[in-house]
Amino acid sequence: MTAKKKKKLVKKEAKKTVKKAMKKAGVKKKNTKNAAKKVIKVKKKAAKKVVPKKKKVSLPKKQNAGKKPAFRKAKAVGTSKKRNIKVDVHHLTRVEGHGNIVIDVKNGIVKKCQWQVPEAPRFFEAMVRDRHYSEVARITSRICGICSVGHTLASVKASEAALGIDITEQTRNLRKLLKHAENFDSHILHIFFLVAPDLLGAPSVFPLVEKHGPVVAMALRLKRLGHEWGALIGGRTTHPTTVVPGGFTKLPTEIELRELRAKILAHEQDLVTTADLVLSLAGKIPNFNRPTEYIALSSDDDYELYSGEIKSTLYDGSIATYKVADYRSVTNEYLTPQSTAKWTKNRHESYAAGALARFNNNYDKLHEKALAVATKFGLKPICTNPFMNSVAQLVEVVNDVYQSVALIDQILKDGIKDEPLVRPTKFSKGAGAVEVPRGILFHEYEYDKDGMCISGNCIIPTNQNHANIQKDFEALLPFVMNLNYNNDEIKLAFEMLVRAYDPCISCSTHYLDIIIEE
Amino acid sequence: MSKPKVGFFDFASCEGCQIELTNFGDVAFLELINHIDIVEFREAMSEKAGKLDIAFIEGSFTRESDRKRLEEIRKRSAIVIAYGACAATGGINALKNHQHDYHECVYGKDAKAPHLASNIALPISAAIKVDYSVYGCPMSRDEFIRIVSHLLHDKQPIIPNHPVCMECKLNETICRFHDGDHCLGVVARAGCGAPCPKDGIPCEACRGFVSTPNVDSLVKTLINKGGMHSSRAWNKSRMFTNNQRGDVK
Repeated sequence: MTAKKKKKLVKKEAKKTVKKAMKKAGVKKKNTKNAAKKVIKVKKKAAKKVVPKKKKVSLPKKQNAGKKPAFRKAKAVGTSKKRNIKVDVHHLTRVEGHGNIVIDVKNGIVKKCQWQVPEAPRFFEAMVRDRHYSEVARITSRICGICSVGHTLASVKASEAALGIDITEQTRNLRKLLKHAENFDSHILHIFFLVAPDLLGAPSVFPLVEKHGPVVAMALRLKRLGHEWGALIGGRTTHPTTVVPGGFTKLPTEIELRELRAKILAHEQDLVTTADLVLSLAGKIPNFNRPTEYIALSSDDDYELYSGEIKSTLYDGSIATYKVADYRSVTNEYLTPQSTAKWTKNRHESYAAGALARFNNNYDKLHEKALAVATKFGLKPICTNPFMNSVAQLVEVVNDVYQSVALIDQILKDGIKDEPLVRPTKFSKGAGAVEVPRGILFHEYEYDKDGMCISGNCIIPTNQNHANIQKDFEALLPFVMNLNYNNDEIKLAFEMLVRAYDPCISCSTHYLDIIIEE
Repeated sequence: MSKPKVGFFDFASCEGCQIELTNFGDVAFLELINHIDIVEFREAMSEKAGKLDIAFIEGSFTRESDRKRLEEIRKRSAIVIAYGACAATGGINALKNHQHDYHECVYGKDAKAPHLASNIALPISAAIKVDYSVYGCPMSRDEFIRIVSHLLHDKQPIIPNHPVCMECKLNETICRFHDGDHCLGVVARAGCGAPCPKDGIPCEACRGFVSTPNVDSLVKTLINKGGMHSSRAWNKSRMFTNNQRGDVK
């Protein structure tokens, strides 16, 4: 069979799978059980090979006995026994920051299967020392260009905790609206510019301009909306200006907010089109599951992006909660030689942060229209397929739109009031957390009596996902070998996995207080 | 005339200037790619190209190991443009350049680990010849378009060298000092349109100093008009202009 024919076959099969999956969303068929069992078997074996010292991962069958693999049927396990595979992706493209994928299989034995982060370290925690509290968020915002809104918000929250500043209801609501804008903006960027090319079989978004002109125009239109929405509240979306400890230095007018509300709702049809587009490509999302721990901010009254405490849901449904101030007991950072970024771990061997983690923790707080999209894709808690993070992002995009409209209504009902910045009442140490597009983000600072920063610590979601990506790698390799993927397909599957996490690597390469494990 | 081949590259940075490109929206962005052929852009595309007419480089030069990659880009590019503060001046990355213990502060006892090697942050002009710079953190989208447009028309791009104060006057923005705040706009390079004072925050000089800043006078102004104590006033301008100060390195 030629490669082209093969590809066609794969496409056909993928289409069938989607149809089935849509019809029977979540329903398991008995003839797929065997295949799934085989996968588990191989996974266990491989886990042994890759990390011989560690205990076997206990994989509950229920979580793993998923639907039929999307790419192609599982073939006999033995066929991949004596394979040689070499994948060396230096500076993976279409992710934010620099990361390498290194896979080396000799005679069917895994020699190396690594997610490496070689991004140049940037030393932000050293930079904030001896800077005034009014400057700190402006400095740490520069950690990341995509989530600079999130870094700014986490930073001012931490500073406010350290300075004893209690912000007003209006500030809180406007910040929530700004947080939704960032989530929307970043997810749109990720879905269309970084993930869609893989699903459409293109190397990037640029060749899509000719073939899928209206789609690219729509993507840019939605991106523009996200930018204008954020810029109205934050001054601009890359390194916002108006967000400072104690409140806002400039407020939107009620007229501007009404215009924004109308503008957001004018894009409703684009959202439907986006969902349909992703749904038509969903068959190309590999049906790969690896049960892990999911960590996100959570509260009783909202699908949290801005407030709440830390919640952890394990693959088996067990829940734990922690105070934001105790974030270090959740992140337990450690250094590894394969990365310039620190890794984290909590109750499981690794944990995931991000849209899927938020979905798994807080799905019951989603807007009904967002839940409807989740149902369309068969996305249900607790979903253990990391590739589904992109679908969870789509669900959140819809949620951002409708929860923001409700927020704007609330802000307009209360009326915009000219409020002075709330001043510090003390100078001490404090932590703050927000959900940025890629997951939970922690900032912590300590200030001296003049309001100058003594020390800072930032723990970025991509850092928290690095270990989880590595563990996924170790499980994905036997999975794709078992499906007899050729080397190009394997490379693509690994690249897609990393892109599904939407990693922001430039963010994550800086840390404080190194703890070495083992 | 065939469209010029353009590549985008990144080094130590937040990659926010790349993101600014996507913030043009549908109309401006689609118009832009009518005039230039983007052939290499790691964050957005998997393709890699050969000869380039224009290379846009983002991020600071912080590791000796990055020199080769920079030289390789220089070799195959007719014009090299440093875009964004990190590439143009070292930007925020240089804020640690006056410290001697930043490795230990961040990495503790692992500071000497080989894969964590990183030196002080320098503009990319410290490694290769740079033809033009687009200043700012983030870079100004309007200025980016203006420079690309100038180059397409075979004109020399004009990079402003007057202080931000002038732009505040044009905007009729109330001076930060009059509002009881402080500001670096008096010695900061303009060209951004002074959005920060307009939004009620001081200029932090993200585009760097003008070519001949009177730093002593700045410190005096920060003390007398901005109400700062002398050590804070002296250190104030480090955030984006550390490499341009006399007391670094």
